[in-house]
Amino acid sequence: MFTFKDLTEIRPNEWVISPSYRSDMRLPVHIFASRKMLEQVLVDRSLEQAVNASTLPGLVGNVIVMPDVHQGYGFPIGGVAASQYPTGMISPGAIGYDINCGVRLLASTIKAELVSAYLGDLAAAMNHFCPSGVGSEGLVRISNSDLEQVLHLGSRWALKKGYASEADLLRTEESGCVEGALPDKVSGHAKKRGLTQLGSLGSGNHFIEIDTVDEIFNPEAAAVMGLQCGCLVIQIHCGSRGLGHQICTDYVQQLQGAPQRYHYSLPDRELVCAPMDSTEGQAYLGAMRAAANFAFANRQMLAWAARRAFEEVFAGKVKNWQLHQVYDLAHNIGKIETHIIEGKELKVCVHRKGATRAFGPNTPGVPPEYAMIGQPVIIPGSMGTASWVLTGTNVSMQRSFGSCCHGAGRLMSRAQAKRSVRGEVLIRDLEKQGIHVKAGSLPGLAEETPAAYKDVDEVIKVVVDTGLANKTARLKPLVVIKG
Amino acid sequence: MDSQISEGVSEVSHTADQALHIKATSLEQLFVKAAEGMYSLAGVKTDQSILSARQLIVSGIDPESLLVAFLSELLYLLEEEKIAFHYFNLGISADSITCSITGSPVSQLRKSIKAVTFHNLKIQTTAEGYETTLVFDV
Repeated sequence: MFTFKDLTEIRPNEWVISPSYRSDMRLPVHIFASRKMLEQVLVDRSLEQAVNASTLPGLVGNVIVMPDVHQGYGFPIGGVAASQYPTGMISPGAIGYDINCGVRLLASTIKAELVSAYLGDLAAAMNHFCPSGVGSEGLVRISNSDLEQVLHLGSRWALKKGYASEADLLRTEESGCVEGALPDKVSGHAKKRGLTQLGSLGSGNHFIEIDTVDEIFNPEAAAVMGLQCGCLVIQIHCGSRGLGHQICTDYVQQLQGAPQRYHYSLPDRELVCAPMDSTEGQAYLGAMRAAANFAFANRQMLAWAARRAFEEVFAGKVKNWQLHQVYDLAHNIGKIETHIIEGKELKVCVHRKGATRAFGPNTPGVPPEYAMIGQPVIIPGSMGTASWVLTGTNVSMQRSFGSCCHGAGRLMSRAQAKRSVRGEVLIRDLEKQGIHVKAGSLPGLAEETPAAYKDVDEVIKVVVDTGLANKTARLKPLVVIKG
Repeated sequence: MDSQISEGVSEVSHTADQALHIKATSLEQLFVKAAEGMYSLAGVKTDQSILSARQLIVSGIDPESLLVAFLSELLYLLEEEKIAFHYFNLGISADSITCSITGSPVSQLRKSIKAVTFHNLKIQTTAEGYETTLVFDV
């Protein structure tokens, strides 16, 4: 287990594990965390997993660890690593099973205090229109040819079918479509799972949350995003469902022979990888991009359903009930990007697993309307606690491959969480705080108790104090829909 | 804190995901206990008045990859066809498993398991037989 003796604080809230710590490390590990948060991190195996990640061949710069880090499998959740394109490695396990798990934020101009009487109806409508829960099927059952298009086009497919607007796509990472998807590299099992799940939330830590904008810290950025204090907004947190899980499963299995073929060794088989320019690397990249497109379309479909719920509850009662998109982003993905590393401009594949892209102002890839303020970064808190809207900075471009945290980060195991509170009690406690909850499973809800997570405000303080992001607004939950 | 699920199968603490420690007297039994443990984590209940038989063949490069491939196939059938299996007749070779399995439709599924991982996976031989720890992404 690590101790503080193994870490050097090089700047306030930035710590380094030197490559001399273990002989197989190829690069340093940089951890963004306060001393108090690090004490929590040292309890599990997050840092050992980050050190394992630093042994991947072809990485450049540093392995980055965010303050919301926790132990995962292979690569820690809250980790970022970049490999040189095209000869460096791509590792499916360093991206994760829920490819393009991410968050979408929609905003309204409806004042929460004027519609408090309708929040129960809104929770019911949202639960009705947005399929959620274990094994849930999607809003639409699509044909094989539609699925091929979803995998190629992502949210552009949704636009063609009338489930999206051009404005939605403009305010989505990669405009909702990662180029270079290869649906023919997606297995039959994965496609079969995708056919029935488009437009579904799933379960676990995925949710839809209706919040109010509680406080604005940067009025200029909030105005550009269309965020108004006291108004309703919606967060949608989900990913590529069974299709993405199956793609990662297939490729981690297929690459088990890769260490022998490409002459490398790893401390953990979950990190298997292949050079991006190899046949296997190209196949995974193409399949992973197809899953990312599925996830963009999935969140787009759920946004369409959320708008139907708003219409059902507010049409005829509220003057302007429309929801506009603020942004949609991925926090489990591998992206080909250009970064300055040790003074050189390099094209790299940035693996983000439980980490959000946080590009600074005027960085290519940021929607034109956000060019001046930086990319919006949406950080959901734990259930019942604040969420945050931030913007990316030039510091994140220099120090974390344009990346930031992705949430509060788990502290407690699921079993421990269930022992600490019962689902019914949690619902009652949240309702006392004025938060409506719709949950598919009470034990599942208990696993997501806020006590099982770190304090999101402390996570935000670290990323803001270290300059990785700037605060725009804090959100306060009113309605939570869990699968 | 570990909690026992059934004989030879216990749940091991993990911050975000779920893990099982499995002990068995033979490799075949280890695979079967792992399947039963996985169904238990998912909170599966079945209607055993209806039976469905299948033949499965999965391949891998060693016992660990065979175990992950076997469980991943069962997970696929659980999610896609809503079937869980309770009778297993396994033939394990160096690079494949051939099995006859019998199961029943799922009447209750409490939790979605996203995947069976290779994280720190090693099947070890012991004086009593075999043991391993499996981490599931949930």
